[in-house]
Amino acid sequence: MAVRSLATRKTLTLGLNSTRLTQSRALQTFSLPDLPYDYGALEPAISGEIMQLHHQKHHQTYITNYNKALEQLHEAIQKGDSSTVVKLQSAIKFNGGGHINHSIFWNNLSPIREGGGEPPKGSLGWAIDTNFGSLETLIQKISAEGAAVQGSGWVWLGLDKELKKLVVETTANQDPLVTKGAHVVPLLGIDVWEHAYYLQYKNARPDYLKNIWKVINWNYASGVYEKESA
Amino acid sequence: MACHLLLTDFTLPLKSPKLSHSRQQRKGRSNGSRKVSTTVAYYGLKTPPYNLDGLEPYMSKRALEVHWGVRHRGFVEDLNRQLRKSDILYGYTMDELVKTTFNNGNPLPEFNNVAEAWNHDFFWESMQPGGGDMPKLGLLGQIEKDFGSFTNFREKFVETALSLFGSGWVWLVLKRQDKRLAVVKTSNSINPIVWEGIPILNLDMWEHAYYLDYKNDKAKYVSMFMNHLVSWNAATDLLETCKLTATRICRAPYLGGFEPDICFIERYR
Repeated sequence: MAVRSLATRKTLTLGLNSTRLTQSRALQTFSLPDLPYDYGALEPAISGEIMQLHHQKHHQTYITNYNKALEQLHEAIQKGDSSTVVKLQSAIKFNGGGHINHSIFWNNLSPIREGGGEPPKGSLGWAIDTNFGSLETLIQKISAEGAAVQGSGWVWLGLDKELKKLVVETTANQDPLVTKGAHVVPLLGIDVWEHAYYLQYKNARPDYLKNIWKVINWNYASGVYEKESA
Repeated sequence: MACHLLLTDFTLPLKSPKLSHSRQQRKGRSNGSRKVSTTVAYYGLKTPPYNLDGLEPYMSKRALEVHWGVRHRGFVEDLNRQLRKSDILYGYTMDELVKTTFNNGNPLPEFNNVAEAWNHDFFWESMQPGGGDMPKLGLLGQIEKDFGSFTNFREKFVETALSLFGSGWVWLVLKRQDKRLAVVKTSNSINPIVWEGIPILNLDMWEHAYYLDYKNDKAKYVSMFMNHLVSWNAATDLLETCKLTATRICRAPYLGGFEPDICFIERYR
């Protein structure tokens, strides 16, 4: 059960529980990570109502279904039931992807008073200028590609570690960025599923994409960039 | 085969002066005389066969104002904008346009708009005030034949709706080759007519279809649709027409003129 911390800021990690110990290998399942800010802290860019539903309902559902699929997979592997193993792949990709993507997303956002919206400095800022010309150009590109996603999906700023450059990508449904390349690391992801904005922005996804930049946590993206490009 | 003109309210793009001009142009062309100026075709936004508050409390007026009034309207307007620039796509029925722009799985830019316009027209007509309950007579018989029982069908429909990953639609279709009903799900804006399935009912499972009324509670939305909204009258009409004529179903009237060999469905209100 997620507990919001009002007074302190917690580091966000993927919650891991070890459940049953079966033979020599324990199945690790997952739990909902806490948000490092209150539900209402990102207003007016993203409403508290959306943040609460998004975290407590949508993300939790992905985790619940991911854990269920993992348990079924664990059992199928032990029984040598290949057909079930293969059949479960789409549920794992969807729900596991949902967990991965949302865990990154909560880190990508930050209240304005905690640095949300402040442009990236240091090596990421420089890399953005080199790869895209300016931060404004990058923001426009990400917003345009996010608006153009048909159906549900995500828009990403990633680091291609092989080509050593920044890339803007989109993924469908809950496909994580790694589906675009094993060497592509997510720095920033923006959820463009309707549940991420509909209650507040209705059909106007471009407005959501315009406003979200005010609460984007470039510090986190910079941290990942520095670590992955070292 | 009898053909009736479907009487519906159209929201015509009245600000465009080209519309009446294009009718003249069409007549000119069919007589063989040559005209130099461009001829264009437009689709209209059909209003649902009930007031926007007619589906309350199961689908709110507010939801319909946004879903029909903004989103569906947007598809029609964007489509018309695209068609203005296209000479090749002139003169298609909506069915034909969906199939052509689907382009065997490599969709053209117009596909999303025309398919979503089609899908939403069909969706409003798949519902009615005081809907739900069960089909009767012929359709019920067909469902029992193809699914075992109505309960089995309903379970299958609900399960399919809830197991869709991402955005999409759920359909009750008549499979032409197999001559049987089936429940299918499609992603994003895909429509079964591209695979020669004949739609009988659909349900919009994009989040925007239920989020304002049900937030993330998909199961409740689908349940309310089955219990209170689904129009078995509409479904019965379609199935009977399919069986009698065994031809393609045409949905949206063709605004560029009246083509005598296009068949329209008369809808009971």
